[in-house]
Amino acid sequence: MNHILPLIITFLAGLLMIVSEFIPHKPFERIVSELEIWFMIISGFAIILGQLSLIKMNVLKIQYKSENWKYCVVTLISFFIMLIAGLLWGTQNQGGIIGSGESLIQSIGSKPFDYIFDNIYQHLMASMFSLLAFFIASAAYRAFIARTLESSLLLISAIFVMLGNTSIGTSLTSFLPENLNFLHLPTISAFIMDYPNLAGQRAIMIGAGLGIIGSSLRIILGIERSWLGGKK
Amino acid sequence: MKKRLFCITIALGILSMLMSAHLFKVTDYPNDDGSAIKLQWDKSILESGHIELYKSTDNKHFIQIPLSSDMTEYVDKDSTFSGNMVFYRLDLKNHAGELVNFYKSSAIPKAQWFNTDKLPLLIILILFSSAIAYYVLSAKQGKELYIRKINGLDAMDEAVGRATEMGKPVLFVPGIMDLDDMQTIAGLTILGKLAEKTADYHCKLIVPVSKSMVLSAAREIVKTAYMQAGHPDEYQPDNIFYLTDDQFGYVAGVDGIIMREKPAANFLLGCFYAESLIIAETGFASGAIQTAGTAQPSQLPFFVASCDYTLIGEELFAASAYLSKDPQQLGSLKGQDFGKLVIILMIITGVILEIFGIHFLKDFFNIS
Repeated sequence: MNHILPLIITFLAGLLMIVSEFIPHKPFERIVSELEIWFMIISGFAIILGQLSLIKMNVLKIQYKSENWKYCVVTLISFFIMLIAGLLWGTQNQGGIIGSGESLIQSIGSKPFDYIFDNIYQHLMASMFSLLAFFIASAAYRAFIARTLESSLLLISAIFVMLGNTSIGTSLTSFLPENLNFLHLPTISAFIMDYPNLAGQRAIMIGAGLGIIGSSLRIILGIERSWLGGKK
Repeated sequence: MKKRLFCITIALGILSMLMSAHLFKVTDYPNDDGSAIKLQWDKSILESGHIELYKSTDNKHFIQIPLSSDMTEYVDKDSTFSGNMVFYRLDLKNHAGELVNFYKSSAIPKAQWFNTDKLPLLIILILFSSAIAYYVLSAKQGKELYIRKINGLDAMDEAVGRATEMGKPVLFVPGIMDLDDMQTIAGLTILGKLAEKTADYHCKLIVPVSKSMVLSAAREIVKTAYMQAGHPDEYQPDNIFYLTDDQFGYVAGVDGIIMREKPAANFLLGCFYAESLIIAETGFASGAIQTAGTAQPSQLPFFVASCDYTLIGEELFAASAYLSKDPQQLGSLKGQDFGKLVIILMIITGVILEIFGIHFLKDFFNIS
């Protein structure tokens, strides 16, 4: 029974979602948005589980003095500072328990929650994102080593695309006459991106779409049950 | 004489109505839930002045609908339509603002029981579902099905075995999306199989998640996998934990785990965005065997460059069935392959038809 009930609910919900895609009549037209609201409500409650997991993990590490436990103290302090700041004075558009913190806004320019968010959190996030540039360079270096025919083709295509997107690339072939425009580096770059690249991406998307249909059918029909934690 | 005059008046009236209907058309908006009416008027009306559109539900009290001067079509969407007649009046005014002419028309908004625009979708869905059902039944009857090898999944044993030998954990990252994303669900189904293997090998499995719903699902899946493997005592719920909902905060957390714990095998299976390369490159730097999979075409090159094995698009969704070796699930994969064959044939046919100027196929699949 533990597995039958979720299977029945999954089957009915899945069927309803498919049917509602084709029926615009009431009440089917609202089913998708209604279920999305249900999902939001459930996720709202589930956030508590996540926060509890975060606190428990870090408290345990501090309690048992695990390796690098000091970072857990920082995590917990940051977590509670944001929580308290948000609860007491609220966020940008919402007031908190003790008001909107007008005096604090006058001295620091915004509410404490927003101040920390804008001046610390945003910068930390930007720092993490900026790492991507270095990782792209290291990954590209490995990917563009011409070892096989395929990697050589990749390297040649990459050179065309990179040059075609820079001002140097544009000026390199700017001497070409109008009737040889197809040899202009930006044109070659655009061609590679718009045709072979897009065709490949669409092929992946079509495959993924079929995969989603197949997976959905397996789950709706109860053939695939590992998401329930059980074998068939 | 009076009779003739009466007939002429009636005829003129009918003619005027027909002319008006031709110049100003009001019809029910097709394939909707009965909350819209489509209005169209002839371009020639705009040549003699500017127009003003009014609507009424009782044909007495009209309210103006704001329009831009060059519009020839308007869809009146109103969720308060209740299946009753709605009246519209299109006033034509000259530059001085004086009424020159007006056109009246009405329509009843109706909800449809089938969206005919989506007929091609329904046909495709029935076709693919039938193919999947056929191959599932064939597999059930014992028919041998050939499924091509997926190296990334075959290497799962090798990766877990390596981690066990080295005494290091296995890391599973289910992406940054919630349970409403099919890629996350596909990733979690693979997690179940992976957890069975780590339980068999007595290897530590770490699963940091970025969504609370995924946390609950992942814990349940891993717990059941450990029970099925016959090692329920080895299940550690604290090894499956929530980090943060924030994309780059999650990346920082996962990177920290990779650098501190040095997992011997990383599985990055789910929905990834900009964080894909940051995690994969950190894993590469730590020397772990990496298997990644996503259906995000823009992230796949990053995984291909940084990981040992990559599940591309559909392979991620096929993984669970492939690993289960269950004939019925494998049958559904065969059905998917049939779907691909149909799409390839349709693309080729479509290209040939378009070359010859026949647009039937393209128009049929053009869903508005």
